[in-house]
Amino acid sequence: MAIVKVERPKLSAGEKIYFGAILKGMVITLRHAFRSLAGKSTGAETLKSSGIGVTMQYPEQKWDDQMPEYYRGAPALVTDEQDRERCVSCQLCEFICPPKAIKITPGEIPSDDEWAKVEKRPKEFEIDMIRCIYCGMCEEVCPEQAIYLRPDYAITGTNRSEMVHDKKRLYEIGGKRVGLVNKWNELK
Amino acid sequence: MSEDATATAELKLPKDVAAEKGMVNVQIDGKWIQVPRGTRMIEAAKMAQKEIPHYCYHPKLSSPGNCRMCLVQMGMPPRPAPGEDPKYGEDGYQEIGWMPRPVIACANTVAENMGIRTTGELVEKTREGVMEFLLINHPLDCPICDQAGECKLQEFSVEHGRGQSRFKEDKIKKPKNVDIGKNIRLDDERCIMCSRCIRFMDEVAEEPVLGFSQRGTHTSVTVHPGYRLDNNYSLNTADICPVGALTSNDFRFQMRVWFLKETKSIDLNCGTGCNTVIWTRGNEIFRVTPRQNDEVNSAWMPDSHRLAFHQLQTDDRLTAPLVLKDGKHVETSWLEATAKAAEVLAMRQPNEVAVIASGRLSNEELYLARKIAGALKTELLSLVPRVGESDGKLISADRNPNTTGASLIWESDDPGAKLDAIREGVAAGKIKALLCLGEDLLEEAGFKPTHLKKLDHLVVTHTHANPTAAHAAVVLPGVGFAEKRATYVNVTGRLQRTNQAVIAPGGVRDDWESLACLLAKLDPDYEVPASMDGVIGALGGEIEAFQGQSFGKIGDLGVQITDTGVTIPLLEQERARIASGQIVG
Amino acid sequence: MDLDLPFLIASLIKIGVFIGITMTFVSVCVIFERRFSAIIQDRVGPNRTMIPLSILGFKKDLALPIGGLTQPVADGLKFILKEDFTPSYVRKFFFWLAPALVVVPALLTMAVIPFGSPMEIGSEYIPLAVADLNVGPLFIFAIASLAVYGITLAGWASNSKYPFFGGVRSCAQMISYEIALGLSIIPVLMFFGGLNLGQIVDDQVANGWLLLPLWNEGGLIVTPGYWADPGEAIQRLLLLVPIVISFVIFTTSIFAETNRMPFDLPECETELVGGYHTEYSSMKFALFFMGEYAAMVVGSALIVTLFLGGWSIGFGIDQLLPTGAWWVSLLHLGVFLGKVTFFILFFILVRWTVPRFRYDQLMNLGWIVFFEAALINVFLAALVMAYPSLGLIGVLVGFALLLTVTILLIKIAKGATGKPSVTAV
Repeated sequence: MAIVKVERPKLSAGEKIYFGAILKGMVITLRHAFRSLAGKSTGAETLKSSGIGVTMQYPEQKWDDQMPEYYRGAPALVTDEQDRERCVSCQLCEFICPPKAIKITPGEIPSDDEWAKVEKRPKEFEIDMIRCIYCGMCEEVCPEQAIYLRPDYAITGTNRSEMVHDKKRLYEIGGKRVGLVNKWNELK
Repeated sequence: MSEDATATAELKLPKDVAAEKGMVNVQIDGKWIQVPRGTRMIEAAKMAQKEIPHYCYHPKLSSPGNCRMCLVQMGMPPRPAPGEDPKYGEDGYQEIGWMPRPVIACANTVAENMGIRTTGELVEKTREGVMEFLLINHPLDCPICDQAGECKLQEFSVEHGRGQSRFKEDKIKKPKNVDIGKNIRLDDERCIMCSRCIRFMDEVAEEPVLGFSQRGTHTSVTVHPGYRLDNNYSLNTADICPVGALTSNDFRFQMRVWFLKETKSIDLNCGTGCNTVIWTRGNEIFRVTPRQNDEVNSAWMPDSHRLAFHQLQTDDRLTAPLVLKDGKHVETSWLEATAKAAEVLAMRQPNEVAVIASGRLSNEELYLARKIAGALKTELLSLVPRVGESDGKLISADRNPNTTGASLIWESDDPGAKLDAIREGVAAGKIKALLCLGEDLLEEAGFKPTHLKKLDHLVVTHTHANPTAAHAAVVLPGVGFAEKRATYVNVTGRLQRTNQAVIAPGGVRDDWESLACLLAKLDPDYEVPASMDGVIGALGGEIEAFQGQSFGKIGDLGVQITDTGVTIPLLEQERARIASGQIVG
Repeated sequence: MDLDLPFLIASLIKIGVFIGITMTFVSVCVIFERRFSAIIQDRVGPNRTMIPLSILGFKKDLALPIGGLTQPVADGLKFILKEDFTPSYVRKFFFWLAPALVVVPALLTMAVIPFGSPMEIGSEYIPLAVADLNVGPLFIFAIASLAVYGITLAGWASNSKYPFFGGVRSCAQMISYEIALGLSIIPVLMFFGGLNLGQIVDDQVANGWLLLPLWNEGGLIVTPGYWADPGEAIQRLLLLVPIVISFVIFTTSIFAETNRMPFDLPECETELVGGYHTEYSSMKFALFFMGEYAAMVVGSALIVTLFLGGWSIGFGIDQLLPTGAWWVSLLHLGVFLGKVTFFILFFILVRWTVPRFRYDQLMNLGWIVFFEAALINVFLAALVMAYPSLGLIGVLVGFALLLTVTILLIKIAKGATGKPSVTAV
């Protein structure tokens, strides 16, 4: 098994001139050219082609309705049924984040707060979307099911500070997420 | 004769060989080792480099054996029937008869021919059971628990736990987030009743305010009614707490421990020089914890000293050299500031200039201070003594961390003796220029603003902006204890070192460097060494006690370079308890 | 010396117009390259450049439905506005000189190409070529081979290993293929008996394009007039064999001379980062880019002029049109540009079809295949042409000799290529 010797194929005299092969190649490329002009490229239909080739013209056409629920777009924080912020700032996402995009400043929940028993929450939670690589490690590592990668993919900004998502923006993207495990709802 | 001796030696059994040295033979996981008689099984296993998981056992505290985590299998040779001789195998040991029930390793001592198994089905099953019981009422709030990351409960449940709980009933609810003292927060749900904190407060801090209340699964740690955990050693209970039941108020929710970098250092708030670990992330110090050094601070540290690091992270730190121009301090370059300082100091007659150093300076800086005084040809060189009261444990009466170093380096019995003379000289207007290194003369040395106004020139180095600096012609910024590598000699005469944990704000020069540059300006023959180690080398060349010492040689635990006869009370108490067999030590 | 003012003015206008045409063609090449390659790969390509009126204060950008034809403008703007970075370690003078040395020869060679039939202004016929030289192809080869200095200098002056490799490769490649290039058109020149490109085109107008001898002075091939002299007509058709060989070798060599795929080893990304222009940026890089495309335009123009009748419409139509009328000249200009465009598209198609050669394959092809083939081809053409004077026996003997030499050469070539140790560079 170890070593397989691959012989070079023996070419006939006609093949050695190469012109046949080159012409054949040109026919193929030309066929592609004409078919994409006619909008009949292979897969043009399933890929929602704009009419030339298989390409979708982005701002006019979008594939949002094709997007699967598990699409890994912008990471965001979610709140639970009672609008409590699920994040308790354990900083595991900050730790696991490969490009170090997450920065959390932990803080204590004041004793007069409704959710004082949770004790801890992020004072600031920043995700630098310039750094984020959309790997989803934060979602996977979160013990509180507080951070999710949402299907939002058009994350743009005109300067660097705009690309840093603060807590407010993160909850805006994340919204409310119900039906998750919720140990803090137990009666005490 | 010699042949006979050899023959006897050959016939000697291992137990006799060991007994001659006061040792016993113990078989740990199949391997025979010799350990001193009276050693606890857990320590014997440690010697054999076998870890026995434990919660309640702490070598500096008594062993009640109440966590049951250290259960191991033990075996002894069968008791011979009356008249029967013990049978020895070919290797000279008796066969071990293993006990069917485990024993705790922390409170039992070893015996001759004893066998200990730290692994095996029985031990593993036992640990699994103990872990499961410990976790039954545990709230599993690791995401918000400060102990997470350095929690023995986490570690051992991963290592020895069974992975999931079979407990379907409701967990017992206990008080959480209880304020029991100014530095300590109590969470009873996380507590595993190891009683380390109770024993510490009782035995070491000698203020037994903690205890158990309730019974059974409802048992919980509390402060006794009417008391609070306000002892100056209370934060040690958070250190020794194996779980997150006791946590530090100061460090509460500041940072997860796995982000923190540990730097070994020493405490500079008193002459004891407790060994510490400085925990930093980025350029910020988050906490300071004691580091075990049985010659200095055992494993403890006073709260007041460990929280002192906050003073280093204030807004009034000096970040650039300042010179007085038109009645205002303006930022300038090091070169200009040093030149200006040298100029105003050197233009005086020898006895018109004085140098006041701080007892908080390191050996290198004190050495350079002496050289500067020498270059200025002045006799007036003094420390500012800082004397308080010893707390009878770790806080020394001498609140300067390096008085011993100063006496050694300046070769004077009382390095603070000339302070009064300098103060009078300044008050009388005889002293025209004063170099003040790392001290606030107004607050600490009894100077008055009117005195300082009489000075023509005052040169000050300090980490913070202070009232004395306000009078100075030149202000050189300094670096704090966590920001430099330096050596100190504590009250007992032990040479210890600090390591740099963070960078000083503004990238301020190391103190030795600014002093060496100043010295080079005053004394053209002096060559500024390439690094701090050069200063230690020069110091070792001149002062006998420091001969041959280097930063690397000092090591993490320091070296005794002289004996001052001063003792640390807490160590004395600890030695007494070791001698009486209360603790392992 | 008399100052021929009208000639001077006409020349200046022609220079302006032809440089304008060439540069336009360069940018057209770029957009063709991008969009053609896009549709070959089932993509769209750049299709949405707009005229950015909004930066002038207008409310909306002007989006013309021209499928991104303004893309080259945007490309050019980008090149001009980008930072012109010159590494500190380069040899500055040559580093700056090199891009110019690439572009200038490419543009110079356009001087001798006849773009259309002569135009009659006043009473004078003004040829639609800047310089109606009698040594047209030689001039082109002489000047075009100067471009190699630019590339080699760029490689050397960059003072960096990959550009240097690129420069060396380019140098070796250009020299190798110039031989094949020069030899391959000898049959063509033998046939025309002259080196004046204008006359070559005129000849093709009358006697059919070199590759399409479908008509002569007598008429189209289907008319009896064509066969007025059957011997000559057959000889002309037989000549197609060496001429087709010439055409193939010439076209392929032009690919190599212009550093186009599949012979773009001097700038081979997989091996040499960017080849000789690795250290170049901004407009200096754009000059290399332009030089390459201008060389491509010139190459196409030369192929068209030599083999496909230059500006002639062909099939005897040219003779029916009035000579010298301005609209005829313009029509011919259009025909010429159309033919050039066809070849440019062909160049692009080849680029996106044929993978890049290995360097030893390139050298083998140049030295062992094309060089010999072009040589043999010269004799083959000579034999066909010499038929009237040598007679049948002479031609047959010559043909047998040529065959022997060819077989011998093939044997030797096989021996040379068979061993892996014989790999060039």
